[in-house]
Amino acid sequence: MEPLDIELDEGELELPNDPMQVNMGPAHPAMHGTVRMVVELSGETITKVDVQIGYLHRGFEKMCERGTWTQVFPYVDRLNYASPMLNNVGFALAVEKMLGVTVPERCQHYRVVLGELARICDHLVCSGAMAMELGAFTPFLYFCKARELIWDVFEEETGARVTHSFGRVGGMAKEPTPAFKEMVRNALPAVRALIDDGEKLLLANRIFLDRIENVGVMPKDLAVALGWTGVVLRSTGVPYDVRKVHPYLTYDRYDFDVPVGTRGDNYDRFMCRQEEIRQSTRIIEQALEQMADEGPINIDDPRIVLPPKDEVYSTIEGTIQHFKIVMEGIKVPAGECYSYTEAGNGELGFYMVSDGSGTPYRVRIRPPCFATMQGIEKMIVGGMVPDVVPTFGSVNMIGGECDH
Amino acid sequence: MSKRVLDRLNQVFGDAILETHSQHGDDTAVVEASRWREVARFLRDDERCAMNHFIDLTAVDYSDRREPRYEVVLHIRSLEKLHRVRLKARIGEPPSIDSLAEVWAGANWFERECFDMFGVDFVGHPNLRRILLYPEFVGHPLRKDYPAQMTQPLVEYRPEAIGKLPPFSEHEGMPFGRQTHDRAAAHVNALGFTDE
Amino acid sequence: MSQTQRYVFEGSQQGFATTRLEDLLNWAKKYSLFQYPFVTACCAMEFMALASPRFDMARFGAEAPRFSPRQSDLLWVVGTISQRQAPILKTVYDQMADPKYVLAFGTCASCGGFYDNYTTLAGIDKVVPVDVYVPGCPPRPESVIDGLLLLQDKIQRGDRTPGIVKPRTDPHQVAKALAEHSPLVPLRTSKS
Ligand code: SF4
Repeated sequence: MEPLDIELDEGELELPNDPMQVNMGPAHPAMHGTVRMVVELSGETITKVDVQIGYLHRGFEKMCERGTWTQVFPYVDRLNYASPMLNNVGFALAVEKMLGVTVPERCQHYRVVLGELARICDHLVCSGAMAMELGAFTPFLYFCKARELIWDVFEEETGARVTHSFGRVGGMAKEPTPAFKEMVRNALPAVRALIDDGEKLLLANRIFLDRIENVGVMPKDLAVALGWTGVVLRSTGVPYDVRKVHPYLTYDRYDFDVPVGTRGDNYDRFMCRQEEIRQSTRIIEQALEQMADEGPINIDDPRIVLPPKDEVYSTIEGTIQHFKIVMEGIKVPAGECYSYTEAGNGELGFYMVSDGSGTPYRVRIRPPCFATMQGIEKMIVGGMVPDVVPTFGSVNMIGGECDH
Repeated sequence: MSKRVLDRLNQVFGDAILETHSQHGDDTAVVEASRWREVARFLRDDERCAMNHFIDLTAVDYSDRREPRYEVVLHIRSLEKLHRVRLKARIGEPPSIDSLAEVWAGANWFERECFDMFGVDFVGHPNLRRILLYPEFVGHPLRKDYPAQMTQPLVEYRPEAIGKLPPFSEHEGMPFGRQTHDRAAAHVNALGFTDE
Repeated sequence: MSQTQRYVFEGSQQGFATTRLEDLLNWAKKYSLFQYPFVTACCAMEFMALASPRFDMARFGAEAPRFSPRQSDLLWVVGTISQRQAPILKTVYDQMADPKYVLAFGTCASCGGFYDNYTTLAGIDKVVPVDVYVPGCPPRPESVIDGLLLLQDKIQRGDRTPGIVKPRTDPHQVAKALAEHSPLVPLRTSKS
């Protein structure tokens, strides 16, 4: 090409190329209101990112040190609010581990069914929100509708749509309602049909696929070192599922598969979630099959479980027992324990220290998505700004749990 | 089952392992704080341990109950061998211990959180700053002497805003028979440090 | 002629042209609330349910979410606001153009809920004025819709006083405030 006939300072023609800082969130539609990312861009490529969490820190651990062990249940509900029942079960199991008791078999199946229903909701929320953030609003509505059907079951069982506070140490707050099995069996096919519909809409969509395939890739080794668990870890190809590897409740009696991914990108995470929903429905069907229609739900120990209401009102023993448990709390033997379950996002652990009184000395929650969020930085650096949205959506960051 | 890990630790480190127990089936080793990182690295690299899966790191404040005051608690597991172990180190005031961020990448944020909540100084941490709370926050809320009620607002409250009025106090809705581990609350109320 | 329009014309019976125009404007305002969802916590789950088919908030003219505070008139504060979040909430509120309304969705937004500790803001009314409080943890969609209708009535009345009925508030102050701002006019235009 002919040279220009005027002398030009090369630098003047170019756009300034020092990195540009862009702030995303916390009041950003894709950031769920609780995460702030300060990204440094070179052109459109992200070169550096500072992920700031903690906008929803609510002092969960401090609040636990104030009441009795049972009073922690409402707080655990609000950790991973997309699947409160799994947290309830997890915490109940942790305290039971410290007490050294096991709930009756019927209750174990009951917990499994409710827990798996909650897991379906959790995955639906994640996939739906991710789709919505990518502009696919219709599947979100389908998934919401499916979730609504499950919530109907929850409402019937527990009386609440979202925050059930239904778990108790040594059992559940109530017996299953007589129509429980039938209700779940009726709801499941409808839920599955809705999920299939929504999924079909998404997976036939080029734009959606282009935005999630090979985006946000996480290598296996790093995922393990970062402490990833749950779906996000399985999407990288590590078949670690607490339900399979360290079975709790009655999970060892059901036949189900653990879906794993291969690349650890957004597509794998999305597909693992969808497949897990199917596996959950399988577990639910088996658990319903195995669950007895009659039998106790709570363990038979007056120091742990509240007596039936009519005894409280008619006998002095019942009254005293009730009073002691409510006012002083369940006396958990001194010591420490770490109990872990598979929650919606991964291994939900509770590390608890008791000094032998009715109040926890320390309750530490090991939030799965806290560990996951650490990896975000690795996943989005090198990508484009629009990739942040699906990547962030696919790890299912739940503020209450991440920031506790 | 992971008893073997404890045996191996005892074998290799001898007197750096102050105590071991397996309460509730959780194998626990209390490690001398000065060899914290060394033990951690050994557990990760040793073939028979292979504890490559980072799980959790936190601390407990035993306040006036125990000397030394803080205990840093680490949970790790092995992906292949499926065993788990809990490592603990006891540290006094001011709390300070080696950082594990270079051993497991995951320790990074957990240590930041621990610093935020307990003020434990992790020596050698690449980026030790607050994570859940804001930089303006003074103190470390999960220490037992931080009053649960003491807020540190960033914005001025509207003058019309009404706070809690008597007879409501922090004990509202709490069963009276419970114990409170919040030692500082009574103290602070006397100082007049309340919501308003 | 629809019911609502009749209501507007009824206003004219007072004989003031300004009133009529205001009523008309208010009527227009109340059915075209552009909302800014400031969604943080668990209440978001119910907020999603509210937007989804079964409850469908769009029926009440509060459909379009705007993620720019400058384009919205209704600020939904959904979920717990921590001390760290408070300055952001205040900024968002300040950026909104008048007329602006605030709806506190859930107990946490209304009064801090059971997170009574070092990190949470005990009710967003400490920072921004609130028009309608919807209690519940999380509130059921029905009660939110009720709250929305209350807000619409408030807009129709041209009432800009911040909400005054608050949990844990001094009853004397409420009585005083009520005396100043009442009468609580009949809320909805009746069907008859
Ligand atoms: S009111 Fe309840 S459900 Fe809503 S944000 Fe607060 S704790 Fe969560």
